[in-house]
Order: sequence, then structure tokens, then C-alpha cells
Amino acid sequence: MTEATGGIEMDEDSSGTIKKFMFVNRKAPYGTIYALESLEVVLISAAFDQDVSLAFIDDGVYQLKKGQATKAIDMKNFSPTYRALEGYDIEKLYVEKESMDERGLSEEDLIVDVQVMSRAEMADMMDEQDVVLSF
Amino acid sequence: MSMLHIVNKSPLDKGTFSSCVNHAKSGSTILLIEDGVYAVTKGSTGAALAQQAMKNGVTVSALWPDLEARGMQDTVIDGIKQVDYSGFVELVAANKNVQSWL
Repeated sequence: MTEATGGIEMDEDSSGTIKKFMFVNRKAPYGTIYALESLEVVLISAAFDQDVSLAFIDDGVYQLKKGQATKAIDMKNFSPTYRALEGYDIEKLYVEKESMDERGLSEEDLIVDVQVMSRAEMADMMDEQDVVLSF
Repeated sequence: MSMLHIVNKSPLDKGTFSSCVNHAKSGSTILLIEDGVYAVTKGSTGAALAQQAMKNGVTVSALWPDLEARGMQDTVIDGIKQVDYSGFVELVAANKNVQSWL
């Protein structure tokens, strides 16, 4: 347990509680550090056995675009990591249809299988959460 | 050549590209870098603005390393001049003034 929590002793009473966590991704990759930082926190959260979901809205949908090749800008291409989330039991990836439409994107343009939903459905999904973290 | 306008923010996140297009005069050049390159991708809201700029006699360029990084290299609208880093330097040298829309 201490290894997974980075040496921090967990409170015995709270360790069994499972909460619904949603990570809301609203930024394009590479232009700012938000997308990568979100991914880092998502991976950390996987170690705590929580009910984790990822929402991609606004420019956040660009994070999942297929065919990213970052060699020429000398930055790490972290897009393959979204495909690895399944291995950490993070399978709830929600993408807002209106955000894709505004950007000329469709489900076929995305690097992973996702659940596409309307803006209204996304609002309901956010409303159901115990914790919402926005990046 | 007159003014080189540089835009580095997504047109759907910030109003800088829109403001830039509204101020860019005929004969000037807009160079899109970083998240600014999303403005010239097919089917996006920003693409209409880029087309309007070209109609106004403005040259619209985009830095291809940034397009490629974002997986948008195959979705660029017609009429966009793609440049690399040395092309960026040449544009700066060729224009008498540079305006970065932050």
C-alpha cells in the first residue's frame, strides 16, 4: 500500500470508500501542460481503486486525435497513453459530440474507443460525480 | 511585405485569431503556430475565419511541425502555406514588422 501511495500511510477508515471521480479535459495537447498533467493524475488515481471517468469537451477532444507525431517539435507524444488506460481499469472515456462537430472531428478520428454523448448528457454525467477535477 | 501576424492560441479557446483576422490588412501574412494551427483544419469553426482572411488578400501560413504534432497534417484547408522553422525565420526577416497576438 505504501508503495502505491508514494510512502504515505493511508487512513484505514477511508481506504475502503469508493467515490466517483471525473477528470474534465478542456485543453488541446502540447500548447499547454494541462493535458499531460491530467493524464498523470488519472494514472495516479488508478492506484486508489476509485470509480474514474474522463470527459473530453471543448479543445480537450483534440487530445484524442489520431496520427499525432511530435518528433519535429521535440516533445513527448503522450497520445498512445490513452489506449493504455484500459490496462489500469479506466474504461469510461466520454466525448462530447458538439465539441467534435465544432472542430470537424468524428469518432473515427479518435485514437481510442469512447462513448460519445451530447452536451446535455455530459452535464448530467458531471452532476452525478462525487469529485470533479478540471484541466 | 508589411506586417507578420503570429497567432499561437486555438480559435475556439481564445479570440486572438478572430481579432487578428479583423485587423490584418491586404498584403500582410498571418502565421499560425502551436495551438493556433487548429484554425486551418477542415470543418472547424476557425477555418471559416481563415478563408475570410485569404479572401481579404491576407496570406495564411501554418507551422507544419505543430500541425503534425497534433495529428492535423492531413486535414488542412486549401490555400494554406505550410512552413517549417527556417520558413518562420524567413517570414520574420521578410516583413518590416511583427505582431504577436497573445
